[in-house]
Amino acid sequence: MPATPTLREPRVRLGGAGAGVPPSDADGGDGRRGPWSDGSGAGHAASAATIGMWLFVGAVVLLFASFTSTLVVRRAEADWRLGPMPSLLWVNTAVLVASSLALEWARGRGRRGDLRRLGTGLAGATALGVVFLTGQWTAWRQLLAGGVSLATGPHSAFFYLLTGTHALHVAGGIAALAYAVWRVRHAARVQAAAGVAPARAPGVVAPVAIYWHFVDVLWWYVLVVLFV
Amino acid sequence: MQIQAEVRDARGRTIAPGARVRSGDVEGRVRHVEPEYGVVTIVLEGRAGKGERMVRVSAVEVLEEAPHPAEHEAHADSFIRKYVFSLDHKVIGIQYLFTSLFMALVGGTLAMLIRMQVGWPGTKWGLAAALFPGGFAGGQMKPDFYLAVVTMHGTIMIFFVLTTVLSGGFGNFLIPLQIGARDMAFPWLNMMSYWLLVPAIVVLLTSFFVTGGAAGGGWTAYPPLSAIPHAGPGSGFGQTLWLIALAILIVALLFGSLNYITTILQMRTRGMSMMRLPLTVWGLFITAILMLLSFPVLFAAAIMLLFDRLGGTSFFIPAGVYVGGQVLTHAGGNPLLWQHLFWFLGHPEVYVLILPAMGMVSDIMASEGRKPVFGYTFMVGSIAAIGILSFLVWAHHMYTSGMHPLVAMAFMTTTLAIAVPSAIKTFNWLATLWQARIRFSPQMLFAIGFVSLFVTGGITGIFLAQPPVDVVMHDTYFVVAHFHFVMASAALFGVFAGIYHWFPKMFGRTMNARLGKIHFWLTFVGIYATFFPMHFAGFAGMMRRIYSTQIYAHLQGVGPLNTFISLAAFGLGAAQLLFIYNFLVSLRRGPKAERNPWRATTLEWTAPSPPPHGNFETEPVVYRWAYDYSVPGAAEDFIPQTAPVARAASGVSAPGSGGS
Repeated sequence: MPATPTLREPRVRLGGAGAGVPPSDADGGDGRRGPWSDGSGAGHAASAATIGMWLFVGAVVLLFASFTSTLVVRRAEADWRLGPMPSLLWVNTAVLVASSLALEWARGRGRRGDLRRLGTGLAGATALGVVFLTGQWTAWRQLLAGGVSLATGPHSAFFYLLTGTHALHVAGGIAALAYAVWRVRHAARVQAAAGVAPARAPGVVAPVAIYWHFVDVLWWYVLVVLFV
Repeated sequence: MQIQAEVRDARGRTIAPGARVRSGDVEGRVRHVEPEYGVVTIVLEGRAGKGERMVRVSAVEVLEEAPHPAEHEAHADSFIRKYVFSLDHKVIGIQYLFTSLFMALVGGTLAMLIRMQVGWPGTKWGLAAALFPGGFAGGQMKPDFYLAVVTMHGTIMIFFVLTTVLSGGFGNFLIPLQIGARDMAFPWLNMMSYWLLVPAIVVLLTSFFVTGGAAGGGWTAYPPLSAIPHAGPGSGFGQTLWLIALAILIVALLFGSLNYITTILQMRTRGMSMMRLPLTVWGLFITAILMLLSFPVLFAAAIMLLFDRLGGTSFFIPAGVYVGGQVLTHAGGNPLLWQHLFWFLGHPEVYVLILPAMGMVSDIMASEGRKPVFGYTFMVGSIAAIGILSFLVWAHHMYTSGMHPLVAMAFMTTTLAIAVPSAIKTFNWLATLWQARIRFSPQMLFAIGFVSLFVTGGITGIFLAQPPVDVVMHDTYFVVAHFHFVMASAALFGVFAGIYHWFPKMFGRTMNARLGKIHFWLTFVGIYATFFPMHFAGFAGMMRRIYSTQIYAHLQGVGPLNTFISLAAFGLGAAQLLFIYNFLVSLRRGPKAERNPWRATTLEWTAPSPPPHGNFETEPVVYRWAYDYSVPGAAEDFIPQTAPVARAASGVSAPGSGGS
């Protein structure tokens, strides 16, 4: 179904224009449109959220970079012994990757205007996220039952620190995904009621997708720094 | 409530809640507009029947506009929404300001306690002992209480006063107003930022009342002292609470900095290119980037230190540490790692305090000197250069930790390099003042005072950047003098200048200038009298957190010097009562301020004082940079950023008008 122009009609007045320069500008200002402005006021809410999300991702990268630098120093000490890796982690990894794939499938549907499948796909990604967390919980229980606790050694300390911090970020991602599902369902309902053909996904989907894929990549990173 | 974008019908009338509209055969009042979906929900009226109906924006015709189209929050007028859990950036900024000023009182009181002890070691203090019974034994201050006071003074002043008042207070209040936005990009995140600060403060202040008292390991919380709960009174539960309070604060600051960066990038009004931003916004922008990149590192370190304390891990605790004759089971950790992580935050943090102040001082000098800022591009460039370099200098705090001399040399080089952009800024300020028609208002006095303090402290910074000097001076009062000038007092002067300058915009009233000038002179002299002699105490070998000058033979001679410093500090503290009096009385009885009392150019002065919800009556459009003061041939000695070029040339610039 082709995108209907009606959705782009509302004129967002303040705050959306970025740095477009009025025509009478003659005092040597650079006269260029600000690099961050897409010019369309309607796209503004989405791009602000996307910029905010990239900034947040940057902050989380620094958090894990700090853990990593400590790990790099710490593993040079004599007491560093590689701990066991529960094989369940491979299953969890597959689940998290499947969740990312489901999210991308859903976004593809959303780009074609199918808000219903977008919602279903997002809900699937959310559910897989919950499965991942349950799997992580089970893996921790297995390790604890095998006598590997936080204080066992430096490797176990980093294992619980990194996987725990990652799990908290996944939990935040699940909350964000659930919110996106709610927004998409709302949008589908609103647009059905008003008789408007759905053309675009709500602005929240793009930043949530950035975050969820980031959390996925972050998990691979955690596995690499812990076990390679 | 959050400001909604305006949506209009084909005839340009605003579609807003409360408006009476028609869409095809249905008619009713708008309940709610969703621009994102292009849909309006209306409550049906008349023959169309009862209930609600969603209609497309494109099909809506407004019959009668809502009573106050600019203010959608008629339903959100409750006191709690407006003043407590507000989403309005101005209210949040003022909440940050008041909270930080309260914490400044707490931190200042702690400073007075420090000076009581160091000025007159061993004296019995009846009144103080009655007020703080746990901290005094037989009227005499206990060493562990003294260390807790020193630790909390530093922690509060750096994290809970200067960081929060500059970024949280002025950042929140000024950014949207100076870029011509109606609010922040993420108002809800903004509210959360403030309401995380409050629990952080509660946790921090609670630590005074737990067993063992507040943290005593210094604001830098070096392990192993901070990592082993039974290492001493100040290492106990108070230290755990200190780490938790910091962790909460870091999340609050993260929310804030996300918001400031996105708002500045995304919400600038028409014509406000990045190179037309006032320097205040530039300072706050780079500061937000520094906070975003440096605070996560402290967060990681705080989590690992908490694990060491509570979880039995050994990130920072080495093997063979004895406490009370017992060897600890921890092994393999490295306390220096904490120092690296802490100072990777800690050094950018000092620029988090100084960059916003630098920006505000620049704007105030232009306004109060009726002259353009000298070298605007270089001012922006040097703010950015300082920001980048601040990440490359952290180990200059660790020259005595046994690092390789070549590494020390590298960090000396980067540290000295910061002097270059700092000097550019200093000379540009002096050039701005050169032949300016200066109004010696309190804010101008504090702005000039800022430059004086920054230079005095900056020069000792060049001494300390050099390892051979620093190895001798490290952790002496020379360092205390250095950072109290360059970072603490200078940033505080920025805060005072900012308050005197923007008070009329914040509260619609003006502070008393005569009291302000007296406050300035007492504070300026008080700061030099207090902190300058500390250089000499440092030369004499007086250690930074020493409980008493009477413990070591080599410190006996600095007793009288410290008595003098303490008297000066009490005078400095008392002078601040004058400011508090002026602030509180002006809030209620200060003369009413017009829109633009200082006849300044930037956008906030085109809004009413105080600006209403939504800030501007009409969208401000920017035609020029922020420093068109004393333009030759212009009718007035300033041209607002909103004045179109042609109109200003014909001499009809409209002071304080609401835009074009």
